[in-house]
Amino acid sequence: MKTKMLLAATTAGVMLAGSVLASTLDDVRARGKLNCIINTGLAGFAAPDDKGNWTGFDVDFCKAVAAATLGDSSKVSYTTATGKTRFTKLAAGEGEILSRNTTWTFSRDVDLSQTFVGVSYYDGQGFMVPKKLGVKSAKDLDGASVCIQTGTTTELNLAEYFSANKMKYNPVPIETNSEAQELYKAGRCDVYTTDASGLYATMSSFDNPNDHMVLPEIVSKEPLGPVVRHGDDQWADIVAWTLRAMLAGEELGITSANVKSLAGKDNKNKEINRLLGKDPLQGLSKLGLSADWAVNIISQVGNYAEVFENNLGMSTPLKIARGANQLHRDGGLYYIPPIK
Amino acid sequence: MTYLHNIWRNEKSREIIIQIFVLLCIGWLLSWLISNVDANFKALGKDISFEFLFIPAGYDINQYLIDYNNRDSHLRAGIVGLLNTGLVAFFGIILATFLGVTIGIIRLSKNWLASKIAYWYVEFTRNVPILLHILLWHGIIINTLPHPKKAINFADVSFLSNRGFYIPKPLTENGIELVYLFFVIGIIFSILFFKYAKKKQDLTGVQYPVFWINLSVIITLPLIAFFLSGMPISLEIPVLKGFNFRGGMYMSPELAALTFALGIYTAAFIAEIVRAGILAVDKGQKEAAESIGLRPSKVMNLVILPQARRVIIPPLTSQYLNLTKNSSLAIAIGYMDLVATLGGISLNQTGREMETMVIVMLIYLSVSLSISAFMNWYNNRVKLVGR
Repeated sequence: MKTKMLLAATTAGVMLAGSVLASTLDDVRARGKLNCIINTGLAGFAAPDDKGNWTGFDVDFCKAVAAATLGDSSKVSYTTATGKTRFTKLAAGEGEILSRNTTWTFSRDVDLSQTFVGVSYYDGQGFMVPKKLGVKSAKDLDGASVCIQTGTTTELNLAEYFSANKMKYNPVPIETNSEAQELYKAGRCDVYTTDASGLYATMSSFDNPNDHMVLPEIVSKEPLGPVVRHGDDQWADIVAWTLRAMLAGEELGITSANVKSLAGKDNKNKEINRLLGKDPLQGLSKLGLSADWAVNIISQVGNYAEVFENNLGMSTPLKIARGANQLHRDGGLYYIPPIK
Repeated sequence: MTYLHNIWRNEKSREIIIQIFVLLCIGWLLSWLISNVDANFKALGKDISFEFLFIPAGYDINQYLIDYNNRDSHLRAGIVGLLNTGLVAFFGIILATFLGVTIGIIRLSKNWLASKIAYWYVEFTRNVPILLHILLWHGIIINTLPHPKKAINFADVSFLSNRGFYIPKPLTENGIELVYLFFVIGIIFSILFFKYAKKKQDLTGVQYPVFWINLSVIITLPLIAFFLSGMPISLEIPVLKGFNFRGGMYMSPELAALTFALGIYTAAFIAEIVRAGILAVDKGQKEAAESIGLRPSKVMNLVILPQARRVIIPPLTSQYLNLTKNSSLAIAIGYMDLVATLGGISLNQTGREMETMVIVMLIYLSVSLSISAFMNWYNNRVKLVGR
């Protein structure tokens, strides 16, 4: 009788643990920390600084979500993932957000049951070659050995581009960016291909960045953005609107420097008031966020332009131009829904 | 009650009861695991489906033993990967066996220096993780060998560079059938001659140099046919064109590094197994063989090794299995084996981690079991028959 009860109790315990699913926001609040899945190391996007703290564009986005939900951008713990393990890690609950330059594609969105909440960086696949090779265009690459970072959309784009141009190549697939860099430097391959942003990041970490160049051809569309698990719409909305709040910040001229003073007064532009919590924003409570959510994001992390410039812009070794990653009014692709 | 009591007291029935209980526990655990996976997959909105195996893979593979291009299915990409695994395991096993047996014998040599060198080889190699061996060899090959434009040139037909070792590729033309035919005849002759020579030796004690005669027959016959039919083989010589060599056959740096690393690492274990096997043969056997005047090489080949083999084969089998399974570390240097194709890129492109992993595991399991079955068969042939 006793064993039977014990057995029943264990079974019930196991079932209970499996079936009770609190909302993601409640989990994060109860833990007091946001778990964020990032790259194993890509300068400008996610890389440890000299003090061992993770910094970068993707890291700052994690911080922004922590600022919005917990009011403190430092309350994030990071888990790294390779291109291969990232979706498994997200699905297994090792993080609430996958913020790791992940390309939004149909099959990933639909077949893998992930939710892509938006685009944080418009990218495309490019090729990097040593200048001394004398190659001026990707069309000259017939017969080349190409280092590829596997576990990405890169292999497919590469295969399609070379078939379409009736060229041959010798693929050398590599698991992580750092290993691929070593092979490229040792001359195992003539070309290194991945998203152009990744190429600039890789190049910036070389001893002589000027000996290498990114070819003009961009062979694919790579809209990169944060990903969350399917099925929690509230959480997906929080992450999506965090990104939009950063973009709205740039659009409305709210920066980390002036956000506190703008939040304290009644602005002429009522959209600023609504974003910063001066005027009510209908439905904010449904997201479970407090009125100062956007103030926290912009004051602690910055608006989109600030985050971009700090991590990737002209003042950094990467020197990436904004290009498509500007607001619509400046000729870029960001056109965000109004905050009302 | 006393009846039940007696069942528990009876040793035999008690054993059965315990076994049934343990079996039930294992069954419960398994069914719980499966239902848990099922429930979690449902919760994530995922299903289990193997349809992805038949859609085009879309990626290219740099080494294929059967025809492959990026429009072929994931299944075919997996088979290409499996064959690459087989290829590196095959080369690795040959290298490991050859090196291991040699070093195991040297280790027992009376020559102090030779014995110590073998000792340090074994101690160093087997105490460094295999992954480091692989990375080391790959690093050495791609960093020390020259770029294709400055490749080491062997008589303008073979080239060694950090993109691989290129050799001419034989292309067959009309009339090649005669060469094949003579080759088969040579093989058949060799088998018959071997049997004849053995019989003769058993009856009269006369020995023929069987090995050399057979070797020259197998080489000479096809060679005669080759010239008779007007030299129907031409060579495709690799030439430097653009970035790389084109044409010919080549061994990639990844395949070479993996073969060396797996072979050299496993050889250290095999050397120890061989040493133990030889030491297990009673030294009276060696003394007896020497006393009838056999040369040291004959003592080793005819008396010691055949007896040591019985001790060596079972642990040797497990080293072959280890080597084959260790080849899955190929992914570290970008060699496209089964784990890199089906368990790597296909997994990524399709997102079917459960399905691909199950297939890859089943394939490794069946490969290992086949090697094991073959070695067991061989072991049964050579083991001491009890009388």
